[in-house]
Amino acid sequence: MNNILEVKDLNISFHTYAGEVQAIRGVNFELRKGETLAIVGESGSGKSVTTKSIMRLLPKSNSEIKQGSQILFDGKNLAELSDKAMEKIRGKDISMIFQDPMTSLNPTMKIGKQIAEPLIKHQNFSKSQAKQRALELLELVGLPNPEIRINQYPHQFSGGQRQRIVIAVALACNPKVLIADEPTTALDVTIQAQILDLMKDLQNKIDTSIIFITHDLGVVASVADRVAVMYGGKIVEVGTVDEIFYNSQHPYTWGLISSMPSIDTEDDELFVIPGSPPDLLNPPKGDAFAARNRYAMAIDQSEEPPMFKVSDTHYAATWLLHPDAPVIEPPEAVQRRRKQFPGNVTKGEK
Amino acid sequence: MTEKMAEKLIEVKNLKLFFNEGKKNEVKAVNDISFDIYKGETLGLVGESGCGKSTTGRTLIRLYNATDGEVNYRGENVHDVKNKEKTLEFNRRMQMIFQDPYASLNPRMKVVDIIAEGIDLHGLASSKKEREEKVHELLEIVGLNRDHAGRYPHEFSGGQRQRIGIARALAVDPEFIIADEPISALDVSIQAQVVNLMRKLQKDKGLTYLFIAHDLSMVKYISDRIGVMYFGKLVELTTSEELYKNPLHPYTQSLLSSIPFPDPDYERQRVRKTYDPKSHQYTDSDDVKMREVKPGHFVYCSEKEMQEMKKTF
Repeated sequence: MNNILEVKDLNISFHTYAGEVQAIRGVNFELRKGETLAIVGESGSGKSVTTKSIMRLLPKSNSEIKQGSQILFDGKNLAELSDKAMEKIRGKDISMIFQDPMTSLNPTMKIGKQIAEPLIKHQNFSKSQAKQRALELLELVGLPNPEIRINQYPHQFSGGQRQRIVIAVALACNPKVLIADEPTTALDVTIQAQILDLMKDLQNKIDTSIIFITHDLGVVASVADRVAVMYGGKIVEVGTVDEIFYNSQHPYTWGLISSMPSIDTEDDELFVIPGSPPDLLNPPKGDAFAARNRYAMAIDQSEEPPMFKVSDTHYAATWLLHPDAPVIEPPEAVQRRRKQFPGNVTKGEK
Repeated sequence: MTEKMAEKLIEVKNLKLFFNEGKKNEVKAVNDISFDIYKGETLGLVGESGCGKSTTGRTLIRLYNATDGEVNYRGENVHDVKNKEKTLEFNRRMQMIFQDPYASLNPRMKVVDIIAEGIDLHGLASSKKEREEKVHELLEIVGLNRDHAGRYPHEFSGGQRQRIGIARALAVDPEFIIADEPISALDVSIQAQVVNLMRKLQKDKGLTYLFIAHDLSMVKYISDRIGVMYFGKLVELTTSEELYKNPLHPYTQSLLSSIPFPDPDYERQRVRKTYDPKSHQYTDSDDVKMREVKPGHFVYCSEKEMQEMKKTF
């Protein structure tokens, strides 16, 4: 089995005063051993909710993982696991890095103790063993003078250093899956580049699978092996990083890619996705993206498109891939990118 | 472009802004920088957090009083103006758009009053009806509609709020707008909307922008020229194309080599450079300042470094 994590038919709702918000509406994906899967999409598309549900970090009071949802890890369905059993997995086999390194560290605890905590809890390390391992981890994430630093508090570190510490905590138990939720968004570009290099380097060393959530397509291009694009609580396109950047098929992906200027963009105007994301309180009938899609057809208003296969690794949910769909011309930026994609045989270009 | 650039709108001369001046914890946020902004252009200002780019913008519009140096707007020093009328006049010509569209709009004011505040202050509307018409017109210019006038900020999304911020800035018919990270808080698809809007307004109204940002690909796209700041100093200033093709200061090189671009092939080939300020090994006798290494391309360097740079082209 090559898949370390499989998510099948995940449905999550939030119960609010206004009614039921269907945040996740049938998400399927798998995470392979040793790969980095990037999940991209606008705010509210469901990226963070999906990963929080894997960690079972959603608030109990108002969220509900629907019957039939499966999050398969290590032969267990995490969606149905008891809290007690989940505690044994969280932070050990699956761990998480958050966006803001200041709020994810405890300001009143020395960092050495924070790194040692999961080791003592999950691995039954003695205090001195845990300290030894904490020193190794700090060395691993490239923090100088670990012997001194281990006794300092979070406020004595810069943002980039704090994120390194958070990574050290996350990696303490050699997790099989690491979920990184916008880990570099709060950092400067030069520091961001260092952290991304560090994560790539560590992945080679310890063979973890990473789910990387971001809205920065530059970061995606730099770290991802595969990319899943989310819209309105669903995955609308998934493929290898090259397939998504050079041969995308879904009009929403086109919009995302062409709304960012690339290195040599000289166009007068950036491509814009009109309108705003769908209201998940009353999800639209048919394709959720139809209202903002300039290529929308009549069928988009009434029926949801299934995932059409583009290649063995590449799927997209758009009626444009149906054999009966008319041939359309994607935005210029997308056409330019397609020239870079080798062996390009897709519908519409035959 | 060259014709357009002929007229100098703003001349910044040896501008300094120190916080806690003369005290132990003095911070030299802006330390002796000089540059010009030409009429109708967009000057981008980039650098890491804490390099002084926002402070520079805020000092230009006199949200801070300069510690030393001049900001000349059409030949008059903004920081020397004493009388009230003149100050009002400057405030009308220079406007600012802020980063956080949630924090920069008063949550207890209706959109119509937020936008019209400047109109009232400067007496630009003679009647209630005219005021209302102006607000409606502004809302339509920025892509909102007149029904939005009676609502409160919390009823809008981030991108819409930024549009309200832009409408407020435009209300007093300014010539020059300082945009301090106007798109950093927005989603990618919304960023493009706001950038397109800003470019369109520039074309229609002949506006001049100072565009402060840390997202370099967007800056390159919108700017005619770009200045790079590092620790309170301007280290390089040139046209955006030249900056990307021939970055000369080692800090600019390291900054450019760190930006991830949405292009996997490019990313696989990227070689990252690091910058160590010690590598310059300046001595006291070196006269380190902005020097014009190529026509229109300024670099903060010593005489010796300039000669070495010149050898490379």
